[in-house]
Amino acid sequence: MTANDPIHGEGKGPDRIFRDALAEGKFLIQRSRSSGRCYFFPRLVEPGTGATDLEWIEASGEGTVYATTVVRNRPEKGGDHNVCMVDLKEGCRMMSTVVDIAPADVKIGMAVRARIDTLNGEPAVVFVPAGK
Amino acid sequence: MANSLRGKAAVVGVGLANRPEAPGRNAIELLAEASVNALDDAGLTLSDVDGLFTGSAFHYMPTLSAAEYLGIRPSYSDGSMVGGSSFVMHLLNAAMALEAGLCNVALICYGSNQRTIGGRLVSMSEPQPYEAPYRPRYPVSAYALAASRHMYEYGTTREQLAEVAVAARKWAQLNPEAFARDPLTIEDVLNARPISDPFTKYDCCLVTDGGAAVVMVRSDRAKDMKQKPAYLLGAAGAHWHRQISMMPDMTVTAASESGPRAFEMAGLKPSDMDVLELYDAFTINTILFLEDLGFCKKGEGGAFVSGGRIAPGGELPVNTNGGGLSCVHPGMYGLYTVIEAVRQLRGTCGERQIEGAKTALAHGNGGTLSSQVTSILGTEETL
Repeated sequence: MTANDPIHGEGKGPDRIFRDALAEGKFLIQRSRSSGRCYFFPRLVEPGTGATDLEWIEASGEGTVYATTVVRNRPEKGGDHNVCMVDLKEGCRMMSTVVDIAPADVKIGMAVRARIDTLNGEPAVVFVPAGK
Repeated sequence: MANSLRGKAAVVGVGLANRPEAPGRNAIELLAEASVNALDDAGLTLSDVDGLFTGSAFHYMPTLSAAEYLGIRPSYSDGSMVGGSSFVMHLLNAAMALEAGLCNVALICYGSNQRTIGGRLVSMSEPQPYEAPYRPRYPVSAYALAASRHMYEYGTTREQLAEVAVAARKWAQLNPEAFARDPLTIEDVLNARPISDPFTKYDCCLVTDGGAAVVMVRSDRAKDMKQKPAYLLGAAGAHWHRQISMMPDMTVTAASESGPRAFEMAGLKPSDMDVLELYDAFTINTILFLEDLGFCKKGEGGAFVSGGRIAPGGELPVNTNGGGLSCVHPGMYGLYTVIEAVRQLRGTCGERQIEGAKTALAHGNGGTLSSQVTSILGTEETL
C-alpha cells in the first residue's frame, strides 16, 4: 500500500500512477482512509466528499458482471466482442470485457477475475470467468 | 421563488429544415433554414433576434458561428453543451434570460448533415479513457448495457423493447414529415441485424440530416403574436455522470430528478400531461423515462408500453411525431421534442393530433443517459 497525497504532494497525478502501475502488472484502485470507500476511476479527490486522505490498494481482482452487451461486428472487422460492467468486490464499478469465453456467454451475475492484458497496444484490465 | 419562471416565456415560432437527406447542404445551412422558418412562423425576422442559443457537433464555438452566419449581434447567447438535451436546457436558459431582460427574442437553433457526410453519428466528444480500450460502439453499447440490466432486474423482454419501436413507427405513419414510414412489426425488430445486444438496428434511432429552431419571447408579448403560444410552465435538468460506467444505477436515470423538479415548477403531475415527447435515441430510453418521470413504477416500463399503450389509439400518446426512432435524428434530437410538443398544443398535427391537448412534456437526453432535461409546456388555459 502506498500513501499518496496528490493535492499537496509532488509528481504524477492519479491517472498516470494508475497507468504506470498497470504497465508493471498491478491493478490499483484508490481508497479514502477516512471513509474507507474505494472508487474507480482514479481521481485527485474522493468524488463527492473531497477527501484527499487517499491511498492506493491493489484490487483483489474479484468481481461480478453487472451489465453486458455483445458488440456485433462483421468477421472481417474483427468479429463480435464483449463489453461489460464489472462490480469489483471493493465496491466500485468499471467498464471492461470478459475474455476466454464466447461474448454471448457472458451473463449478468457471473463471478469473474481480473487479468491484465494488452488491448490496442496498451495494458488494460480484462476479466475471465472465476475459476477458469 | 420556486415558480418564478412558470409561464413567463412562451414558444411563439417553430421551424424545421425537413431534409432528412440533404446532399449538397452543410450543417449551418440547415440551421439557418430552420431559423428563418421559425422566425417566419412567429411573424418575426432575423433582425428581431437578440438572444441566441445553439449547440453543434460541427462548430466548436457554435453561438459564434451561428451568429456570424445569420449576421446577428446577440445581446445574450448561450452554447451550453449537454449533448442532445442541450436544446431543452436552452428553453430554461432562454426563459431566464428573457425574464431577466437580457434579451427580448430568443432563437434556439440546430442543424446537422451527419447522414450525408458519413451516415453515422458525428461527435466532437473526446474518447473516454477508462472505456475506450474496450471498444464499446458509442453511443449504442452504453444504452445496450443499460437495457441488459433492466432486463435482468425487472424481466423486461426483447418484445417489450420492440413495442417501443413499433409504436414510434405507427406514429410516424401518421406524420408526413417523418423519414421512416414503412410498416414495422415486432418480428421485424427482433429479426433485424444485431448491433449491440440486446439491440438490433430498429432499437436504434435514425441517422438523418436536418435542422430545427424555435423562437421564444416573454409571455406578455406572446399573446399578441401570430401563433397560439406554448407557455413554458416548468423545466429542469439533472446529470449524474458522463461515462456510462459511472452511472450509479443503470436502471435509474437523472430524469427521476429533472422530472419531479420540472413538475414542481409547473405545479402539475404526470397524470396532468396530455402528450409526451421523450428523447428515444434507443428503445430502452422510452421505458426508462416513462418510469423515471413518474408515468409508471420503476421496472414496469416494459409492461407499460405493451399492447400498443403508447401507440396511436393507446392510452398515453408518446412520441407522436415518430420520435428519433422513426421521424428524424440528425445527431442531437432534443429540439424536435419541443417542436412536436408545441405543434400538439397548437392543434396543428393533422392525423396524429391529440384532441384538445393542453399540456405537453418534452424531455431531452444527452450523452450516454448522462444529461436529462425535462420541460413542460401548456396552452393559455394552463397559466
